[in-house]
Amino acid sequence: MSTATKKPRLTTSAMIASIAGEGQRTKAAPFGHALAKLAETRPEIVGMTADLSKYTDLHIFAQAHPDRFFQMGMAEQLLMGAAGGMAKEGFTPFATTYATFASRRAFDFVHQVICEEHLNVKIVCGLPGLTTGYGPSHQATEDVAMFRGIPGLTIVDPCDALDIEQAVPAIAEHKGPVYMRLLRGNVPLVLDEYDYKFELGKAKLLRDGKDVLFISTGLMTMRALETAKALAADQIDVAVLHVPTIKPLDVATILREAGRSGRLVVVAENHTVIGGLGEAVATLLLSNGVTPSFRQMALPDEFLAAGALPTLHDRYGISSAVMATRIKGWLD
Amino acid sequence: MERTALIKSISQAAYRIRRYALRMGEVQGQGYVGQALGLADMLAVAYTHALNYQPQDPEWEGRDRFLLSHGHFAIAHYAALIEAGIIPQDELETYGSDDSRLPMSGMASYTPGMEMSGGSLGQGLVIAVGMALGLRLKKNPAFVYNSMSDGELDEGSTWEAAMSAAHHGLANLICLVDINNQQADGNSNKILGFEPIADKWQAFGWHVQRVNGNDIEAVLNAFDIARKLPDAKPRVIILDTLMGTGVPFLETRDKNHFIRVDAAEWQQALAILDASQTTGAAQ
Ligand SMILES: Cc1ncc(C[n+]2csc(CCOP(=O)(O)OP(=O)(O)O)c2C)c(N)n1
Ligand SMILES: [Mg+2]
Repeated sequence: MSTATKKPRLTTSAMIASIAGEGQRTKAAPFGHALAKLAETRPEIVGMTADLSKYTDLHIFAQAHPDRFFQMGMAEQLLMGAAGGMAKEGFTPFATTYATFASRRAFDFVHQVICEEHLNVKIVCGLPGLTTGYGPSHQATEDVAMFRGIPGLTIVDPCDALDIEQAVPAIAEHKGPVYMRLLRGNVPLVLDEYDYKFELGKAKLLRDGKDVLFISTGLMTMRALETAKALAADQIDVAVLHVPTIKPLDVATILREAGRSGRLVVVAENHTVIGGLGEAVATLLLSNGVTPSFRQMALPDEFLAAGALPTLHDRYGISSAVMATRIKGWLD
Repeated sequence: MERTALIKSISQAAYRIRRYALRMGEVQGQGYVGQALGLADMLAVAYTHALNYQPQDPEWEGRDRFLLSHGHFAIAHYAALIEAGIIPQDELETYGSDDSRLPMSGMASYTPGMEMSGGSLGQGLVIAVGMALGLRLKKNPAFVYNSMSDGELDEGSTWEAAMSAAHHGLANLICLVDINNQQADGNSNKILGFEPIADKWQAFGWHVQRVNGNDIEAVLNAFDIARKLPDAKPRVIILDTLMGTGVPFLETRDKNHFIRVDAAEWQQALAILDASQTTGAAQ
């Protein structure tokens, strides 16, 4: 680490971050509003948090349904275990904290209490992947890898506000445990420009293209769409297949799209290269004899740095500027 | 040093710690300054009176270990490390910037004098138990101090460690609990009630003191008692603190996990702090 060198000062966008870029269209607290609305007709829905309601937008639900909101204190193991207990009594808890603490701190409780009995708990977590400059304690770079290892746990990584809004009723409807990564605060709105509807377990082709196929999830779908637009100027034709449900995978759609010949397949995710969508897709393709040129765009297998989010997104290769450059390099 | 003079010199150190913290807050336009101002008096006692350390050699084997379990209070700890001479003062200009040694959340891998990588709350006391066991095994007489927040009282790991420390008779372990009655979602007593907290530590087998954490004399006495106590027990000092202490407009501002400070207010806060300090002003 260098010391007191003069550098342009960027804030680290620590706790109150919105990942929206300058001038991007956004929607406020889509998760909180969608859940509060759904709960009007679904009395079995309860909200639970570990001292992070304001930071996961669950406070909107808490204001609308105070009698069904449970503040569990900053105790993530208790949160998950108690959510399991609520589910055993017939309720559908939405339990919120940050992704790092749900995965790393409370993993055994998620695994044993919630998933082994296939309980109806929806785990909804802020700060997925690299969405804070606060350092490894808050950067959930391996949550998907950890949770993918649990049988029967559905994993959802929405792209934007529209995806989140539509995912909330869908995961409530689903019988069994779900882990959803959450963008909170002023969340970018992107997918309304496409012919798109969230369906649990379904991948959706947002745009077609003959040179490159992005298979992307979470906010990386937004980045992939930006990259595709930028590359169009260079006559590079990029398709984007959005995979909001990471487990179970939409096997048929992924095999069909990746099997169309002549395209470079790039799996993009806001997660370490280890154990996420990239490895899941690679295994799927190889096991089915589909072998396109294949690249991963994901976070490195490292403890990531603290710093300003835009700097870090560039450094670790998940900003659209860096993504476009890398694609061109691969096509050369 | 005579007691009155000692208290005066510690309060001057506390003033400088507050000043450094405010200046770092100004650099980024944000930071946990309310917390830092509340904790400054305890840190001044720790770093100018109680702790044994060598500023030129932060990893000196004989040092007392000071763990910042509540890593988001790093701005306060950096200020204390500057006061201690472990971090150069001009480095505060880099606070929270890319590639700085002073990231917003405290990490051992970045900063000299930081003994643990915090951020994930509720880990300091468990680490402290291991260090205290290790020091005792090595026959190293150093103390392990674990500084933690009231929010961390919610975590089960805190109480696993509390029970373990008493079980192992860790007389070389001193835990410092900041009761600022603030957590992320609101006042601590509304999030998960922990009172009567002194009774809880007592029942877990600890020597317990509870003091006004912004009364330097009371904090000083508590540290002295904790260090000199002959009992084979871990010791806890519970510090009731006021966020924003030393800057009246922050003391009375609506309490929040992130206290709001407008751009123009950093200089005002520094001016008020300076005016309250007639002697020993930092540059
Ligand atoms: C294990 C863990 N859970 C949740 C968080 C998110 N978080 C950061 S600060 C905070 C509040 C904790 O209370 P306290 O440390 O007393 O806060 P303060 O006094 O600074 O307001 C929370 C919940 C965290 N950092 N670590
Ligand atoms: Mg607190």
